[in-house]
Amino acid sequence: MANHTIAHDVYVPFLEKKGFLSWILTTDHKRIGILYLVSTSLFFLAAGIIALLMRFELLTPASDFVDPHTYNVLFTLHGSIMVFFFIVPGLAASFGNFLIPLMIGARDVAFPKLNIASYWIYLLGTAILLVGLLKPADTGWTFYTPYSATTNTDVVLMTFGVFVLGFSSILTGLNFIVTTHKMRAPGMTWHRLPLFIWASYATSILQLLATPVVGITLLLLITERTLGVGFFDPAKGGDPILFQNFFWFYSHPAVYIMIIPAMGVISEIIPVFSRKPIFGYKAIAYSSLGIAFISFLVWAHHMFVSGISETAAMIFSFLTFLVAIPTAIKVFNWTATLYKGSIQLHSAMLYALGFIFLFTIGGLTGVFLGALAADVHLHDTYFVVAHMHYVMIGGTVMGFFGALHFWYPKWFGKMFNETVAKIAWFFVFVGFNVTFFPQFFLGVQGMPRRYASYPAEFESLMSLSTYGSWILGFGILVMVINLLSGLISGPKAPENPYNSLSLEWQIPSPPPHENFEEIPQVTDWTYGYGKKKELEV
Amino acid sequence: MASHSHSEKHAHITTYKTYLIVWAALMVLTVITVYVSYVDFGTMNVVIAMAVASLKAALVALFFMHLKFEDSITWVFAIFPLGLLFLLITMTFVDTFTRVVVP
Amino acid sequence: MAEADIEQPHGHHMDPATEYSSSKLGMWLFLGTEILLFGGLFAAYAIFHARFPEMFYEQHLELNRTMGAINTCVLIFSSLTMAMGVSAIKLGRQKTAAILILITIICGLTFGVIKYFEYSAKFSHHIYPDTSIFFSLYFLMTGLHMIHVFIGLGILAVVFVLTLKGKFDAKYNTPIEMGGLYWHLVDLIWIYLFPLLYLIG
Repeated sequence: MANHTIAHDVYVPFLEKKGFLSWILTTDHKRIGILYLVSTSLFFLAAGIIALLMRFELLTPASDFVDPHTYNVLFTLHGSIMVFFFIVPGLAASFGNFLIPLMIGARDVAFPKLNIASYWIYLLGTAILLVGLLKPADTGWTFYTPYSATTNTDVVLMTFGVFVLGFSSILTGLNFIVTTHKMRAPGMTWHRLPLFIWASYATSILQLLATPVVGITLLLLITERTLGVGFFDPAKGGDPILFQNFFWFYSHPAVYIMIIPAMGVISEIIPVFSRKPIFGYKAIAYSSLGIAFISFLVWAHHMFVSGISETAAMIFSFLTFLVAIPTAIKVFNWTATLYKGSIQLHSAMLYALGFIFLFTIGGLTGVFLGALAADVHLHDTYFVVAHMHYVMIGGTVMGFFGALHFWYPKWFGKMFNETVAKIAWFFVFVGFNVTFFPQFFLGVQGMPRRYASYPAEFESLMSLSTYGSWILGFGILVMVINLLSGLISGPKAPENPYNSLSLEWQIPSPPPHENFEEIPQVTDWTYGYGKKKELEV
Repeated sequence: MASHSHSEKHAHITTYKTYLIVWAALMVLTVITVYVSYVDFGTMNVVIAMAVASLKAALVALFFMHLKFEDSITWVFAIFPLGLLFLLITMTFVDTFTRVVVP
Repeated sequence: MAEADIEQPHGHHMDPATEYSSSKLGMWLFLGTEILLFGGLFAAYAIFHARFPEMFYEQHLELNRTMGAINTCVLIFSSLTMAMGVSAIKLGRQKTAAILILITIICGLTFGVIKYFEYSAKFSHHIYPDTSIFFSLYFLMTGLHMIHVFIGLGILAVVFVLTLKGKFDAKYNTPIEMGGLYWHLVDLIWIYLFPLLYLIG
């Protein structure tokens, strides 16, 4: 970077340029981050509204609000939009894009053009998949054979959409890996990298290497429907469970594509608001890679009752328990960071604490499901629904909201109303628990998932869950309004409102077009809180 | 910037002669593998064919693709996918062939 | 992926050496994903071969071993010329490089033509992708490979034109090298497909 001689006399924030083309043709990683943020958030809200409709149907035992077929369509829409449009690219691509170059001290990602191309491919994929979904579809987001090979909804179009989305995911992962290897500022050694970067790096590896397998799986499903290939069709000598094996080889690591970036976010928020160095930096950093690696070894725990062999089921059940180790390492280290810290309950910190609490419940219930004997009873019940939402909302979405509140001043150069943010958090947290905690009991009592009606004995817990969803929805509504009104009328954000030591906070808010006037020389890690530097502030 | 010895790697140019030798080796291996396929070694046929193919693939990767001269991180990302492929095949195999009723 | 002229208002955001090594690492990562894309088919092959060994043995005899072997030689030769082309441009020999890339392209086209004759022979015998598991694998594996051959040919065609225009020299030749890496991968996958389908069945 020595050849960079032109001085930036005038500070021009990256948000300055206006106009549709300046956005859709941008190669600025921060703008691409915003493109992802806006798209994924809109899809999140849409799929959230669909979830509210589903919960409304479940208010009473009878299938009275929508008919069972419509209910199938609704949960397929909810699952597919949440998984493919929001939660896979959500944190990884939006905050990944915004933060990686800022945190490692680079002007942009390694391949800026490829970066915007990845976004276009994402849009194309969402368009194709949406058309297929709205036709409508009833396969669930997993496209299990043999149903997906025989149903007369447009599975070919949908799976092709997912294939295209996968391309976007692969290219984003590739870009971030190369960026992390090649674009770090001088002195930014691996062990000085912010933990969000470690998390993004682990996520990128999964995006890069797991996605192609689902790509070929879905292509095989397409040929099954178009060319009469019989890999998944028992009548032709095929094996429907083979589809599940291939599908989960991607889709289990995909779960970690969803959660690892959120873990990275938590590792950034906790030390700042505890005013303490992060505890166990290396343990957290390498446990990200550990989770990524182990995630490749556990896929068949989704298939214990699908008809896989007992031997395989036992091996996979055992391997599944291994995931608990790196995950617990993270939780212990975050908790140890909190210990004796001078904790400030900023809204971002509340989301981070919410993450630790809820994700731990999600993780521990996952151990039940990983245990072969328990899973046979709990599989495909509301217990799984509750577990999965504790990880995905309690984990990823809490991390997403935390990141949104934490980096909001940096990203947009404005402040939101902190009191309203805290109130919104309260409703989100309470609403979430009221919605999903009863579902653990429903599951244990045997209520299966994906049904529009249910026996009357479950009515009290089911309606409680529905009331909870209203509280949760209200909380999110308040949060969205608060963040949007902050954009319009919020006060100007200072450069570094939380006295963070990370590189992105040392430049103006919002950052200028190429981030750094001069590429910084890094001399220390970013977690030296409560030490000398603190006194200067 | 992680810049170390790029210039020296940039400078490495394989000679035509090396390439021709590698090519000759590849052709010999191709002849061997075709020839062997006409002889019945039972299940060993698969093993031999795959061993020869892997040898050829290694030659292509190491010399034609310059892997021999790349840094360790390239090696990691060249080999890790192969490990995953191995994992996918073996574990799917374990499932399929230990079922009570093999489909 | 490997453009030199990343349009940044303040000039290049990377120095040439970093840009070169980034492109190369990026390309290797991409090749890894290609391996795993084919991986699903290899896994399916392994499983169905183990389940239906007789079917695989009998039906693989229907494939034309001679044509397969010729195509193997054609692809390996094209890999040789491609590799030599990269060396040539690094020595600054633009014309030699262009000729070698052109030979590579011609080999690729030859491969396609031979494959076309093979496919039409199969169709005339009423053998289609839905004939059996073995032929499903045959058509999907070679078909997906063929798609990659065409993508490779497209890349090489662009690289060839740019070489002719003198865009590359001993100092800057990243696109040739990246195109080469992709082409070698196409060769590498065929090295496995040939024995799996034509020889051991």
